[in-house]
Order: sequence, then structure tokens, then C-alpha cells
Amino acid sequence: MSKLSIDHVSKVFEKNHGEVTIALDDISLEIEDKEFVCFVGPSGCGKTTLLRIIAGLDTATSGEVRLMDMPIRGPDPKRGMVFQEYSLFPWRTVQDNITFGLEMRGVPKADQKTTADTYLNMVGLAQFRGAYPYELSGGMRQRVAIARALANEPDVLLMDEPFGALDAQTRNAMQRELLEIWEETQKTILFVTHSVDEAVFLADLIVILSPRPGRICDIIRVDLARPRERTSPEFAGVRRYVLGLMNSCQLSQ
Amino acid sequence: MDAKRTHTLRNRLLPVLSITAVVIIWQLVAQFIVQNRNLLPSFTDVLGAFLVLLESGRLAFDFGTSLMHFGIGVGAALLIGIPLGMAMGWFRDMNTAANPIIEILRPIPPLAWIPFAIIWFGLTPVAAGFIVFVGAFFPVLVNTYSGFKGVPKLFVEAARVLGCTSPTRLIRYVALPAAMPSIAAGIRIAMGVGWMCLVAAELFVGGRYGLGRQLWVSYSLQQMSNVVVYMLLLGILGLAIDVLFRRYVDGKLLKWRTGEVV
Repeated sequence: MSKLSIDHVSKVFEKNHGEVTIALDDISLEIEDKEFVCFVGPSGCGKTTLLRIIAGLDTATSGEVRLMDMPIRGPDPKRGMVFQEYSLFPWRTVQDNITFGLEMRGVPKADQKTTADTYLNMVGLAQFRGAYPYELSGGMRQRVAIARALANEPDVLLMDEPFGALDAQTRNAMQRELLEIWEETQKTILFVTHSVDEAVFLADLIVILSPRPGRICDIIRVDLARPRERTSPEFAGVRRYVLGLMNSCQLSQ
Repeated sequence: MDAKRTHTLRNRLLPVLSITAVVIIWQLVAQFIVQNRNLLPSFTDVLGAFLVLLESGRLAFDFGTSLMHFGIGVGAALLIGIPLGMAMGWFRDMNTAANPIIEILRPIPPLAWIPFAIIWFGLTPVAAGFIVFVGAFFPVLVNTYSGFKGVPKLFVEAARVLGCTSPTRLIRYVALPAAMPSIAAGIRIAMGVGWMCLVAAELFVGGRYGLGRQLWVSYSLQQMSNVVVYMLLLGILGLAIDVLFRRYVDGKLLKWRTGEVV
């Protein structure tokens, strides 16, 4: 049984003059447990909207998303989210950011600290527990954001271009770290990106979306062995294949 | 290192020099050009008057009374202004309903409220406090409102996916801390305006003590040296309140922010 099912989800935005934009058109997808799924597509293909609907921050115009057979009605700590922009609370220290969700659930202080320690160590920022976000680099901030989402022990981790604002080198390092975390925590990860390279490096499953209206154009299972080598011919082959599919998706519009 | 030290030394020395220069010029002008204690008391006249007042022990009462008026006014402004500003910034209907009233009342100068302050509260400290309140209330309200209005949507969404979903919790854990820099800036402006309203309030409301009150009494008695003493005290204490508040805010409330804050 699949854990997360996206069932005929459509999203229509209505503008002031009665003009409508179809952001998502009849998206259906079953996502298995512990799978790493990347959504790729050009901007405007609705990939962020889809992620926001799964998070419960937006509602679908029709269709629904179910997690463990429970329809998603609003935001829930079961689905952690890492945003593209730096979303750490600047008035809280690194540690207090990580324990925010636990505090909301009323977890005792001592347990909060233990959990914070676990995830601080996981993202390698234990010595920065008392720092404020402004003192951290972009990559470090996103590491804390990942730790903050994981501390809530979600079933699914949603990531909306989390490394989009980072330089190429940091980005590659973050991708490797994310895979380590994924193997350690065994979470289902839904990851939005517009970088094919990133998707091929990370994903078990790549979902290609086409724009206006946002539709699933193709789904590719990436069977490359992990850890993957960016420079290997096999990697390049998959990359070329995905890029080709994306192009033909746009042409067939 | 050496260059840096001479730099800080210079930064310390220059203000002392400039103040000394002004005092010397003041003394010379008063003593040799104006030569009229009523028109312009000299620095030494003022210093003498200050020492006499200090010895009489009444300055502490004047200061205490003024601080009470100020405290009543600013305290009430915070107590009413912050919650109202929060509600207006957070709930759109609240803003639509309250905004027209506020826009009509806001341009009325605080001193125009003096007649009603006296009629409602009599010649009491509360009446003086009320004038300070009118001056301090709007900056607190407006800044709290705009702080709450400007809470980044991203922080609210991040909190919601982390399980902070009820409006009261979102206000407490997200909006209030996010709006704190703006609120603190509002309080600082409010204290400045309130302090300025203080003198006028005390002029009209009377009482035995109060820095503004004594400034006026000294004038009626033509003790112009005392007037200058009270003027300078009002200036220095106003500055002290501002500096203390800023130090508290930067050190405790907003240490998560870099650089100059309010």
C-alpha cells in the first residue's frame, strides 16, 4: 500500500477579472514509503503549488491528497517542510528553532534538548546551537531548517527548492548530506527542483511536470546505484534522457 | 592597533571639547555682552542655581513627580496601544472598523486635550498623565499595527507546518517576536513625544512638584537661572530615558538583530 496518494488534484487560480489560470490539471500519483521523489519542470509548471497542497498550505480546487488514507485538510507536523527562502525564525537561536515544533506539542524541556542534540549532530552544527540565524551562512541555515523539520519526526519531508539559493559547491555538498540524512532517517522525501542534475543525483523517482496547465508529463525511475557519480557516463545518460523528455514535453504543448 | 586607539581617544575627546567650548562661549556672551541675568543667565549663574536647588532637596520630588506623570501616560499608551495595534494588524475587519476613528483622532494635537483632561480628571497627576498618554498612544499604536501587518507570510507558514496553528499561538510565537523591532521603535518615539507633552501638561494641571511645573513657577518669579536648570534637566533626563531604553532593547529584547536597531 502506498503511503502518500495524490488523487486527481487540480488547482485553479482565479484572478480579479474572472481570468483563470490552471496551475495543476488532474495530477494523480502514488508515492511509496521511504521513496525519494523529485518534481522537475520549468517555472510555472505548478510544482511548488503541488507541494504546498501536500503540505496543507494551499487547498486543491478538486481532488485530494491522502497520507496513510487520511485526507489532508491543513498543515500538520506529520508533513515537514523546508522552504526555498530562509525561513528560520530570526529571533530564535539555532537550538530554539529546532525545538519550535516540539514546544508547540508540549514536549518536556529535557526531551526537547535531547532531540535537538540528535538533529544538530546529524546536520553537523552542534557547536552553533546558541547562534542566531543571521550569524549563519546560507547552507548552514538550510541545514538548520532541515533539522527543524526532522525534529518533529514527520512521515514525509517536503522540500521546495531548498538549495536553490546556494552556490554550486555548497549545493553539491548539501545534496550529499541530504542523502545521508535520508538513509539514516528513512523518510519519504518530496523534493521540488528545476535542476535536472540535482534530480538525477537525488531521486528514486523523477516526476516531470509540464507548464500551463501543470500536468504530469512523464515519470522516470532512476536505477543508478548509490552513491551516484556525477561524472559517470551512466549519470550523464540519465541526465540526457530526462532533459530530452522535458524538451519534448514542452514541444507537445 | 595604535591608529585605532587614537581614533577612539579622539571620539571621546571631541565631544568634551565641543561642550566645553559652548559653555565658555555661553559664559562670555552672558557675562560681557548681554550683561542681563534675566535675558540670559550665565553658566555660573545656572550652576549656582542648580546647587541651591540640589541642596534644598526638592529636585528629587520634582523628578519623581514628572516621572510619575510620564509613567502613567506611557504605561497607559502601551497597555492600550499594543493590544489594539496587534488586533488591527492581525484581523482585517478590526482594522477596517477602527482605522477611520483613529485617523480622525490622531491629528488632534495632544495639548488640545488639556481642557477635557482637567474636566475629567481634575487637577491631578492623572490629568497630566492623560496628556502624555494622548501624545504617546498613537506612535505605539501605529508601529504595533504596521509591525503586525508586516509579519512575513513565510514565518507564519513555517510555524503552521511545525504545528503552531491557532491564531493566539501564531500571534504569541510568531507575530509578536517578528513585530518586536517595529513595536520597540514605536515605544521609543512615544516616549519622546510623551516627554515633550509633559511640560505643557504640568503647566496647566499644576501641583506642587514636577520639572515642567517648576519651570513655569520659576518663570513667574523671574528666576531665569532656575528656568535654565529645569530646561537642562528635562533635556538630560529625556536623553537618559532614551539611552536606557535603547540599551535594554538592544541587549535583551532584540539581540537577534544585527547593527543599529531602533
